[in-house]
Amino acid sequence: MEAVGPNPFLFVSAVLFVCGVVCMTTKRNGIGVLMGVELVLNGASLNFVTFSKFTPLGLDGQVFSLFVIVLAAAEAAVALAIALNFYNNHLTIDVDRGDELHG
Amino acid sequence: MSVETMLFWLFAILTCGGAVSVAVSQNVVRMAFSLVLCLGSTAVMFLLLGADFVGATQLMVYVGGTVVLLVFGVMLTATGPFTKIKSSGADAILSGLIGVIFLFIISTTVTAVDWGDISQKVAIGTHQKTAARGFNPEQQGNTTRPLGLSFLSVRADRDLNLSRNVPSVEKPVEDAPKLSSGYLLPFEIVSIHLLVVLVGASYLARAKRRVATNQ
Amino acid sequence: MDTLLAANSLAEFLQTQTIPICGCPIDATTAMVLAAIMHVALVGAWFGLPAGLFIWAERKISGRIQDRLGPTRTGGRFGWLQSLADGAKLIQKEDLVPADADGLMFRLAPYIVVVASFAAYMVLPFSDGWSALGLDVGLFLTFAILSLEVLGVILAGYSSGSKWALFGAIRESAQMVSYEIPMAICALCPIITAGTLNLTEVGQLQSGGFWNWNILHPFNFFAFFVYFTCATASCKRAPFDLAEAESELVAGFLTEYSGMRWSFFFLAEYASMFLVSGLATVLFLGGWDDGFGILSVVKANAGSFVGNALGLVIFMKKASLLVCVQIWVRWTLPRLRIDQVMTTCLKYLIPISCVLFAGTVAYPLILVKVSGNTSILGGPSGDRVVQPHQPMSQADTVPNKPTQMTAATAERSGR
Repeated sequence: MEAVGPNPFLFVSAVLFVCGVVCMTTKRNGIGVLMGVELVLNGASLNFVTFSKFTPLGLDGQVFSLFVIVLAAAEAAVALAIALNFYNNHLTIDVDRGDELHG
Repeated sequence: MSVETMLFWLFAILTCGGAVSVAVSQNVVRMAFSLVLCLGSTAVMFLLLGADFVGATQLMVYVGGTVVLLVFGVMLTATGPFTKIKSSGADAILSGLIGVIFLFIISTTVTAVDWGDISQKVAIGTHQKTAARGFNPEQQGNTTRPLGLSFLSVRADRDLNLSRNVPSVEKPVEDAPKLSSGYLLPFEIVSIHLLVVLVGASYLARAKRRVATNQ
Repeated sequence: MDTLLAANSLAEFLQTQTIPICGCPIDATTAMVLAAIMHVALVGAWFGLPAGLFIWAERKISGRIQDRLGPTRTGGRFGWLQSLADGAKLIQKEDLVPADADGLMFRLAPYIVVVASFAAYMVLPFSDGWSALGLDVGLFLTFAILSLEVLGVILAGYSSGSKWALFGAIRESAQMVSYEIPMAICALCPIITAGTLNLTEVGQLQSGGFWNWNILHPFNFFAFFVYFTCATASCKRAPFDLAEAESELVAGFLTEYSGMRWSFFFLAEYASMFLVSGLATVLFLGGWDDGFGILSVVKANAGSFVGNALGLVIFMKKASLLVCVQIWVRWTLPRLRIDQVMTTCLKYLIPISCVLFAGTVAYPLILVKVSGNTSILGGPSGDRVVQPHQPMSQADTVPNKPTQMTAATAERSGR
């Protein structure tokens, strides 16, 4: 009866991170890009909690993942407000259309 | 195979599946649902790691709050029902390839490190005390009280004097335990930050609507 | 890896037993799986049974309130088979998916709602220590899981591909999200008094007599009523049932649903009605305590199992009574308008609950200054009485051997 070590958890968080990055780069929907950011942050906080369990990081890791969660919520709120403004200006949420400053 | 291991693999598959389907899916609402699946399973992973408070916070703030916000954003910005904004195929293939390579690099790096050895090296000078026991069995993730204390700037689980003063049979601890300082200042900064975000987000969303009605 | 699995104590008990036929001992994994299945079956039964019972009660009570008889014909004297007949009818109905709907999401949405209200039962203590999960974050986890219900509602409304459903879902989700705030703040008031989030400990602190119940605390008294109002609103019950305001919205987010999926939403509604009532019972009304110390006498004389079973009955009675109050309110008060609902929450209930929260925090401090005690009656209110969990292997399985018990206790305290 072997217990699960840190590596499987770290692998899962790596998958979360990579999926988030891929999501951020490929999605043209602004909200989709936001979801990618959430995935990346989640991978990071899973890493923190894993290390808080398997290393003497202790509570610090959990505190950091709490901060990550709370700040991600704040980030989502502001980003959504920006997305709504974008939608009101361009009548679409396609981020490729926001190229007015491109010259 | 113990129950914990089975649960871990079940929820690891759910987490990864949700994450992949967020990255692959083209429909925003389905993406939101996959995100719920992924974040919820991550919360269970937190619980499996003994971080009960973080897991509950993840469920409450992320799944119950942020994702609801995202879904509202989807609804408010959709031009028609079930709109899809397709990303180009070449982009998807390229980024998928880079993603796989990146995942390979990360996973080989992770498996190359001996975490147990590093823990022992880092462990010198730190000392874990068990938290006060509640009704539940020990190590069922009794993290609520220590976390609350650490936000009040008291770290009951860590003794800073221990590094200078290693207890042994011949030489018992002389100094009183010196509790390490906690996270009061970051906590306050985050609360102020949240207030600013609250005001700012509602201002951003509100001002726009006024302009829209003027037009 | 020690985890937060359900049913630890049951698993510990099972490990001491042997399989009847072959006589071989049960190993840890099997015991844990068995215990988990037993808990799921128990909680699942409690998810399905009262829904039928409460639907019948709702019909009867509403009939009486409106000066009718309610169901009389089905199943003998009181029409008690009515909900079974309803269930049979709903199962037979065709499970329709509209052509405009997003099929997968449409089919999944009811399950999210059901899973959310089902999973919240994990930490609810039905009697002293009788909860599937005795977590230290009990109440927090309950609210976290309950907040998932909103997602199911939004998905149901959005994926239906119908304007009525979308309007209903937007209204409903706005209402549920807003009412969560004062509900959680008011639920925190007894938590402040008890000093723990663990619902079992909150219940234990109130045992011994009705004067220990949190509702007699001056601020918790008002918090109870605010909590109950918000709980009614978050269960989508009248007078806050804007989602299914038939006169304006057909049936809200349920418009396109039929058959079993429709009934899943209702099962979930009744289950969460009982859940919030159970929470109110544990937080404010003493949980499984009878109020006059009868329970402790029973426990002393007939053993703790009989006492806990009696506690279960008492808990069920209290929670069911609160559900009946919800039914009574539904058939007595007219439905509010959506702006009135939101005004009630944001302009009145949230400030009131904040004041109550601040009052609950300040109350013991002021009392200590004035009288030198944290409570007026000198009961255990506010003082933590921690009873650590004792694994079965250490605790005595045979209670009528006092010498062994004292030896074991001495051994434990010596460690």
